Amino acid sequence: MESRANVFEVRDLEVGFRVFRGHLRVLDKANLVVEHGEKVGLVGETGCGKSITMKATIGILPIPPAHISGGSILIDGRDILKLRGRALRHTQGLLSLIPQDPSASLNPVFRIGTQLADAIKYSTANANLGRKAIRKRSIEILSEVGLPDPERNLASYPVQMSGGMKQRVLIAMALVTDPLLLIADEPTTALDVTIEAQILRLMREAVDRRDVSILLITHNLGVVREFTDRVYIMYAGQVSEEGATSDLFSTPLHPYTQGLIASVPKLTGEGVASGIEGMVPDYLDVPPGCRFSPRCRHAMPVCSEKPEMRLPEAAHGVACHLFSPAPGEEKPCSD
Amino acid sequence: MLRLSDLEKHFPVRRGPFRRVVGHVRAVDRITLSISKKEIVGLVGESGSGKSTLGYTVVGIHNPTGGRMEFRGQDLLAMRRADPRAVSKEIQIVFQDPGSSLNPKRSIKQTLELPLRVHGLGNRTERLETLKELMRTVELPEPYLYRSPSALSGGQRQRVAVARALASKPDFLVLDEPTSALDVSVQAKLSNLLLALSAELELTYLFITHDLSLMRNVATKVAIMYLGKICELADAQTFFAEPLHPYTQMLLSSIPVVSAEEETLKPKHVVPRGEVPSPVNIPSGCSFRTRCPHAMEVCSAVDPEFVEVESDHEVRCHLFAGIEKEVRARAADA
Repeated sequence: MESRANVFEVRDLEVGFRVFRGHLRVLDKANLVVEHGEKVGLVGETGCGKSITMKATIGILPIPPAHISGGSILIDGRDILKLRGRALRHTQGLLSLIPQDPSASLNPVFRIGTQLADAIKYSTANANLGRKAIRKRSIEILSEVGLPDPERNLASYPVQMSGGMKQRVLIAMALVTDPLLLIADEPTTALDVTIEAQILRLMREAVDRRDVSILLITHNLGVVREFTDRVYIMYAGQVSEEGATSDLFSTPLHPYTQGLIASVPKLTGEGVASGIEGMVPDYLDVPPGCRFSPRCRHAMPVCSEKPEMRLPEAAHGVACHLFSPAPGEEKPCSD
Repeated sequence: MLRLSDLEKHFPVRRGPFRRVVGHVRAVDRITLSISKKEIVGLVGESGSGKSTLGYTVVGIHNPTGGRMEFRGQDLLAMRRADPRAVSKEIQIVFQDPGSSLNPKRSIKQTLELPLRVHGLGNRTERLETLKELMRTVELPEPYLYRSPSALSGGQRQRVAVARALASKPDFLVLDEPTSALDVSVQAKLSNLLLALSAELELTYLFITHDLSLMRNVATKVAIMYLGKICELADAQTFFAEPLHPYTQMLLSSIPVVSAEEETLKPKHVVPRGEVPSPVNIPSGCSFRTRCPHAMEVCSAVDPEFVEVESDHEVRCHLFAGIEKEVRARAADA
């Protein structure tokens, strides 16, 4: 394959909200790249801007109160913030969303078959298919996602299915448009671990089989470690660390990442970690510069300036002043 | 401290114009479990396993349909009939979602004061002192007493819920997934608080959760529940050293972990498959047999009994019937 534009790229994206209390500056020059066939994770705790990034991308950000004050979102090389009308729809049609809560994402009054047929009809990839062809395509895609007895299940209502089955249907709906990029927003958070493992395996198979990349948005570090090739860690609207998944988990550099990984209860039974002191700042009054600095053990005066993303190692970037190239700088112990 | 024997909670399933009872959901089915003082028992299961129903039955939200519950050697149901307040003073619960378990229209002070009033503990000034002490216990600043729950973060709200449960100075707490609605860094802090409290106030916990990794670090005893029944029960050390039940192995091997050392601790060989069957229509014999990689003929016919494989380690599985060493060996390297 000749070199193509990145499937998905977010450049210096700034998103804010104008509300009664004032101006909330949420995303602060967020950068994100998903290359062809990559499985990329976007990790952060509640209120870190993961979902804002996702919403801006699929165009469901409520504008106003939200507004995008800078940056660009490129899908297959085209900036969707500059596109309108048919061109915008076509470009956004290149991506599919796997939503978080399977029960809330299917319409309870329509049969699975109807909802899947709609997804097929309104996608450019499957335009002008007849009734029979749509049915055939539906059955194909449902068997691909491992839904038992697809023909009978086309006539089922969502309430007749378990959470795992509904999530399979939603994955089918996401795949049926032949997208370039799947955005999975906490796809397994609502599911039990044994079901989660099955859904992740299914998504991995789908990605390997098709020419599709995936952006997995989650707060579950374990899921990211098992599923993705590369990770972005987000804190309070800033990308604090990025890198190959194995590097990032074996040698986390950013103090936030270290705290986050240490907070996860371990099967090795090292006791309960102490967690990270403090909480995510109020976006009305975010600390200047590094937004993690008020909670950081290594905070220094220079932290009031925004740290740049640096690459101390190849393919592993960190936005932290501890890694500034200034000579004589103290390096943190890797604990 | 608490002893459950053959405890049952069945919910009737009603259908048709006359709401005829057509079947039962056996949410809690013949559970036998004893909890001694200062123990932290982790009750682990997937959704629909009946773990919350069991917790609710212990605190008296549900009435059991069969079996016995003894609290400090006395019949808990009889105690509750005689004096429900005296029991609720001793046994308290912390719910999963602090967003919906705290009344949004009441200040934290009102919420925390109610149990003190109900149990007639102290006059107005003494109560205020108790409230301040409670806030210190759960590490919240005192002025938060005058805030409403909406002004607190999730972790802080859960601390309030813990304080409310502690207000009447109970000995026994049912914790119904107290940390699962929280972010990991907050979850760690709350788990620490709960551990410190249990040591300091000599509390006994029934810790209901789906998070086995958390139990590895918190529990002294672990019970795995599947479709209303306990399938493995062991001391936490023994349990994690050698998980035996096929369901436990499936659960453990499904956990996404964050380090390579943990990866080596997971049973590798189990591929999770299938979903939890509907509790209205539980498979005959062993309820796990439809998903079990080791299912045998006997599994569909006979519901296995508990086998004590070693001291403090009980498994309800036909693989261990008669505790033959070779069977154990086979299960281990299968």
